[in-house]
Amino acid sequence: MKRIFRFCMYFLALLWVIPLLWLIWTAIRPSQLATSLSFSVDFTLDNFIDAWQKAPFAQYYLNTFYIVFGILIVQLITATLAAYVFARLNFWGKKVIFILILVQLMIPIDVLIFPNYNVLRDLSLLNTKLGIMIPYFATAFGIFLLRQRFKSVPYELEEVAKLEGCGILETIWKVYVPLAKPTYIAFGLVSVSYHWSSFLWPLIVTDSAQNRPLTVGLSLFAQSFETGAQWAEVSAATFMVIFPLLLAFFIFQKEFISSFMQSGIK
Amino acid sequence: MKNGWRNSTFKVNFYSWLFLLPSLIFLTIFTFYPILKTIYQSFFQSMQGEHDSVFIGLDNYKYLMEDEVFWEVIKNNIWYALGTVPTSIILAMMMACFVNAKIRAKSWIRTFFFYPTVIPTIAIANIWLFIYTPGYGLINHILSWFGIGSVNFLGQSETVMAAMIVMIVWKQAGYFMIFYLAGLQNIPTNLYEVAKIEGTSAWNTFKTITFPLLMPTTLFVFIISLTNAFKLVDHIIVMTQGGPNNASNLLLYYIYQVAFRFWDKGLASALTVIMLMIMVIIAVIQFFSLDRKIHYS
Repeated sequence: MKRIFRFCMYFLALLWVIPLLWLIWTAIRPSQLATSLSFSVDFTLDNFIDAWQKAPFAQYYLNTFYIVFGILIVQLITATLAAYVFARLNFWGKKVIFILILVQLMIPIDVLIFPNYNVLRDLSLLNTKLGIMIPYFATAFGIFLLRQRFKSVPYELEEVAKLEGCGILETIWKVYVPLAKPTYIAFGLVSVSYHWSSFLWPLIVTDSAQNRPLTVGLSLFAQSFETGAQWAEVSAATFMVIFPLLLAFFIFQKEFISSFMQSGIK
Repeated sequence: MKNGWRNSTFKVNFYSWLFLLPSLIFLTIFTFYPILKTIYQSFFQSMQGEHDSVFIGLDNYKYLMEDEVFWEVIKNNIWYALGTVPTSIILAMMMACFVNAKIRAKSWIRTFFFYPTVIPTIAIANIWLFIYTPGYGLINHILSWFGIGSVNFLGQSETVMAAMIVMIVWKQAGYFMIFYLAGLQNIPTNLYEVAKIEGTSAWNTFKTITFPLLMPTTLFVFIISLTNAFKLVDHIIVMTQGGPNNASNLLLYYIYQVAFRFWDKGLASALTVIMLMIMVIIAVIQFFSLDRKIHYS
């Protein structure tokens, strides 16, 4: 019984890894061999070169970096400030505001594509990188995550900072931020990988290569061919898009897994 | 003293609101206002580009109730949820139990299960498009070894939903495994020691200890996977465009079509309101299941 279970699970793991192996296999072989399963030792990087030249992937990469880290930086600021307030201060209207922020956890921004498109149009932010980023600047998830961590910081440390004459912002920066470093790393990894993958929203907002992120660029590149005609190139392009994420994942595997774990524990 | 601000109620309130302001501004512009606006707009008939909109009451909703595509989309979405949620949960639980045990190549296995989580859905769609392609796709290659002719998985309405479900399960099961791994670590090991001394079989140990104690995790994973069933539509744009004959069309994709292909503002708003109602229902389920959990512990 136990053996059967283990055998099945090893088999499942094999099944799980096949799509990635097949993608790499298709991407590094001459394109005329892409549609056959035949085994040969041909190896080529031509597909990567072709894909890189046929579409402005360098631009897409820059855009994705800009968008992903732009969102993260603003999120860190807004979430840190709000998290400190919720963790440490008692103010008028605290409960109401807390519930309002819960609404964002309940209704993900991703389902508001149509109304938010209209908001963006009214703000004249269509087809801009800022337009892709701005709805995500406030993050209920980040606020809750950091608030949990800030609450466990001993209050005496804040008293010490106070005695040394630190103002409120200085206290947050010198006491709370350093102690919450693992939480920041966790939040950062989740945020970056989430927005790196984001597709539908940037697709709707952008209509020029200048502002498109990798995901949108990739889908346009894939759709520009007749089905199956340029598999090898599309595979190479797909691999280029996922490579930084996979690389980061393999290097920071432990951090990634514990970050995603935290993304669930409330 | 310089830091006397904590003693002043006014100053505490001032700083609190000041620090919350950035978050509240963005939340208002991109969550609260759009929600209210879209409810309001759903009572009007207006096409993009036209400035006059006519108040038509519930006509947009009445239209949807008689719209065959709408019901097809709702039906598809229910099947999509029924196909992805339980399967992902069961597989995730099995993966976690397996990876948590003393096995060979443990960290590699865990990596294999988890890596699809970090790949964008759109890239996954490209990969699986090649897997499902008729004629020379990976699955059809394998089928041909057994003498089975080419199957167009994404091109026929009988198979397209199943094909999408398999792909989504592949994408998310490893993500849910992580939560179960965390859940397993919270189970006190002495429970297993007792079970061992009493000679309980592996299956019975799972049934009486592991499964019940993982219940809070299961509820949590259930909620995320249910939300995902309504949120994950990126792949449709690359793989099927909702076809053939709307057989793979899902609610969020239909909103996208109505809003940005047919440019019908009123109808897109009404559809968004229905989506919001579904999100609220899921949140209510979560609220009550969390409540239960407190009673248990």
